[in-house]
Amino acid sequence: MTSPQPQFDSQAQAQAQVQPERAPAPAPESQPQTQPEPESQAQPESAPAPAPEPQPQSRSQPQPQPESRSQAQYRSRPQYQPQPWSPLQAGPRSTSRSPVVLLLVPVGAGLLALVCLAAVLWSGLAERPVALAFGVLVALGEIIRRAGTEAREAAPLGAAGALAYALLGDVAGQPTHHGVAQTVTVVLAASLLGSVPYIARGGGPVLDHLARRVLTVAFAAVCFQPLSNQGAFRDWSGPAYALLLIALLALTALCDAVLAAAPAHARTGWPFGPLLREELRGMVGITSAVCATGAVMALAVTVAGLWALPVFCVPLLLTQLSYRRYAAVRATYRQTIASLARATEIAGYTPAGHARRVAELSGAVGRDLGLSGAELTVLEYAALMHDIGQLSLVDPVPAGATAGLSAAEQRRIALLGGAVVRQTGVDAAVAVVVERQADPCREQPVAARIVRAVNAYEEKARDAGPGGGLTALEELRLATAGDYAPDVVEALARVLARGSLTSPAAG
Amino acid sequence: MDAVPARAHAYVAGVVLAALVCLSPLPQVHTPWWAVLLLAGLYAGSEVVARSRLVGTCYPVLLAGAFLLPPPAAALAALPGALLSPVAQRPFALRRVWRAAQLTLAVWAASRVHWGCGGRDAVVAPDFPYVLVPAGAAVLAFCLVLTLLDGGIRVFADRVPAGRAWRGLFSGSLAPIAVHGLAGLMMAVLWRSPYGPVAALLVLLPMCVAWWAFAQYHRERAAHQATIRALVQAVDIKDGYTRGHSERVGQASMMIARELGMDDERVETLRFAGILHDVGKLGVPTRLLRKDGPLTPEERRVIELHPEYGHEMVRGIRFLGEARAAVLHHHERLDGSGYPYGLVGDRIPESARVVAVADAFDAMTSTRSYSRARPVAAAVEELQRCAGAQFDPRIVRALVRSLGRHGWRPAVTADGTPVVPADVIPGRGEGARDSVGRGAS
Repeated sequence: MTSPQPQFDSQAQAQAQVQPERAPAPAPESQPQTQPEPESQAQPESAPAPAPEPQPQSRSQPQPQPESRSQAQYRSRPQYQPQPWSPLQAGPRSTSRSPVVLLLVPVGAGLLALVCLAAVLWSGLAERPVALAFGVLVALGEIIRRAGTEAREAAPLGAAGALAYALLGDVAGQPTHHGVAQTVTVVLAASLLGSVPYIARGGGPVLDHLARRVLTVAFAAVCFQPLSNQGAFRDWSGPAYALLLIALLALTALCDAVLAAAPAHARTGWPFGPLLREELRGMVGITSAVCATGAVMALAVTVAGLWALPVFCVPLLLTQLSYRRYAAVRATYRQTIASLARATEIAGYTPAGHARRVAELSGAVGRDLGLSGAELTVLEYAALMHDIGQLSLVDPVPAGATAGLSAAEQRRIALLGGAVVRQTGVDAAVAVVVERQADPCREQPVAARIVRAVNAYEEKARDAGPGGGLTALEELRLATAGDYAPDVVEALARVLARGSLTSPAAG
Repeated sequence: MDAVPARAHAYVAGVVLAALVCLSPLPQVHTPWWAVLLLAGLYAGSEVVARSRLVGTCYPVLLAGAFLLPPPAAALAALPGALLSPVAQRPFALRRVWRAAQLTLAVWAASRVHWGCGGRDAVVAPDFPYVLVPAGAAVLAFCLVLTLLDGGIRVFADRVPAGRAWRGLFSGSLAPIAVHGLAGLMMAVLWRSPYGPVAALLVLLPMCVAWWAFAQYHRERAAHQATIRALVQAVDIKDGYTRGHSERVGQASMMIARELGMDDERVETLRFAGILHDVGKLGVPTRLLRKDGPLTPEERRVIELHPEYGHEMVRGIRFLGEARAAVLHHHERLDGSGYPYGLVGDRIPESARVVAVADAFDAMTSTRSYSRARPVAAAVEELQRCAGAQFDPRIVRALVRSLGRHGWRPAVTADGTPVVPADVIPGRGEGARDSVGRGAS
């Protein structure tokens, strides 16, 4: 932040001499709205896709009078509310795809729970104080859960308590005899109880979460409890036993990742490999802490009795706290980036909602191409800010459509944009993508290829009316020679064919 | 600490001497050397990692050592990590020696107290909940020694008056150290259990993840602040003559909010409100913003759209809270003749009333293309004249009081450099909170 940004300044001087007319304003979306704060309802990702009713907008042709940017116009547009990139929250893309897999997890968990419940009712509870202590721990973990956090970060204490109960073989030297059935029943009952306040606060659905919890705990218990109850580990040395628990927990985590990735794959059609990889990568953080705490609790209860439980959950609580703060600042940051991206729209350089649509579509294409994690974040930010270089232009490009400009001009705007992005303190990778978005595709990083193709598609398709999407896609295919990477265009075609994002005006 | 005073050298030398005395009985003590080696290596490793990520110190390992080993041996375990890990500021050697001596003494004291309370046996045959008592006493001793020595170095090296040197040190560090102490206790209990050091290492994993998340938090926050800065700069560049205006309005809003007795969080929010109040000018043609001479009614109408453009831009940023309302309503007037909605009196959000006063004050006291800067006294007089019709009298009074108390030293001069100083923008008020939080995780 030491040099006086040449781009902005040169632009400023030029504008001081000749200020051209603003770009024709985009057609206002005619939804007069008196309440200016529709924040919660305006989440584009969670809205069921095929409803044409919320934004029936004719973006036929730009209306030339600047007065049309009147008071109600900007307020009526849905606000881009960036979502965490979680496949679990990615919304119903095409629910018709293999519903069997989607039902497998909840139905399997339900059946399992019923069988376990019946078995416990038949045989009664063993070691009630232990069951009660772990039940209370799991329930507490669920109670302090907060809405809006990602699934794997939601209730770490509950998960750790449940895993510890599944892997418990002794309490202060006394062997325990709770089997698989009792483990599942106690965990499920406690989780349900703990979820009551969460649901009452309107925290949202918990079914998915509970189903995964039941299945993973059952997996861990099936691996451990029968052998432990037969005394198979009695002769094992201490460190070997600890390592066994760690290995079991690693297996359980893997199972959990598959349980999360499979339905996401079935629901969205994104490739399974990257989804699983992303789940596993996400586990390095909080899930490893949960597993470690689960193992430590199981061992500590074996050594020191139930007193160990409250003491040993402290570090995990600390972890949860740190994660919450991190998640909160991450969400805030996303919102700010989105606001910055809208500067071009409000300044009249690009049509309303363009940045948001390009970001959403780019994200979907990126997933289809197997990007994950940090790459997707970079892609999202770059897509949001890809037009920001236009802020430095003296003459606004008509309707903000850069795809029709000469290559040199496109590259100049891209470089200006990169310079602006560099000033914002965003990851330098984002600035690189913005800078290189106009280069020939062979020299571009993948994210820049995606942004370029999606931007061109969005610009070409938005004015063409019904069927314009297909025409635009065809144009991209024909232009593929050097501008748009063929694999990206094909991925875009697949994403569009999958539905819900076909009409660019629907955002 | 550019030139370290001689008495600071003497003080450090004294502490080093005391540390050496603590270590001296080592040859006579029966010490499990492999445990000392393992703990020392663990501490040194985690310290190097933690320092490079700027996440504070790794006390759990040290405290576990204090719970497991005889006092001199526990103190020895702290030595390599403290001596080897990187130091941020000059003089490097002196700082390393100081840190090593300080930690050696603190760990020795903790271990001594723990030993004295019979904590060793409680750890070996885990005697819950009694084991918490010696551990708690040890944590208290550790914290006490650390803060005592820290206060001393502040007096001798930083020349802080002795009365203020110790203020807040102990209360600020006790909670984080207590959490570290619990983790250390867990390590110690598992270390002595049949499961051995493998299980003890597992305790560190959640702590490490917490540190990692904390470091990420800081990184993201810094990036976020830079982004907000970029937003403000974009406006400043467009609207050339108001350079630094946003910053100063943020500062004045903050002064008013403090004077009105708002809590820290609201003060911070109002600062953002002041900084971002004109962000909507991004949507107004530069030609109009820079026009010399009178505006036509049509042009005026276009400029008066800027609060709404601004609100449209920031309304998606949830953390701004009531600052968003301030952006939308900062041109409302108490008598209802303002824009965009013509709200009257109390219908105008308080945040907007604060920003309105701050905005007008800075507009009068800085040089603009159409007028020279007026002295603060004249501006205050003008504000008081308009109080009631245009401004909330209570807020004007608050500004006047605050000006009387602190004066007006705008951070950026009207004709200064185009770049907003990097350290002025968000989050300075959070510094104190963070340094405490940093220790906590």
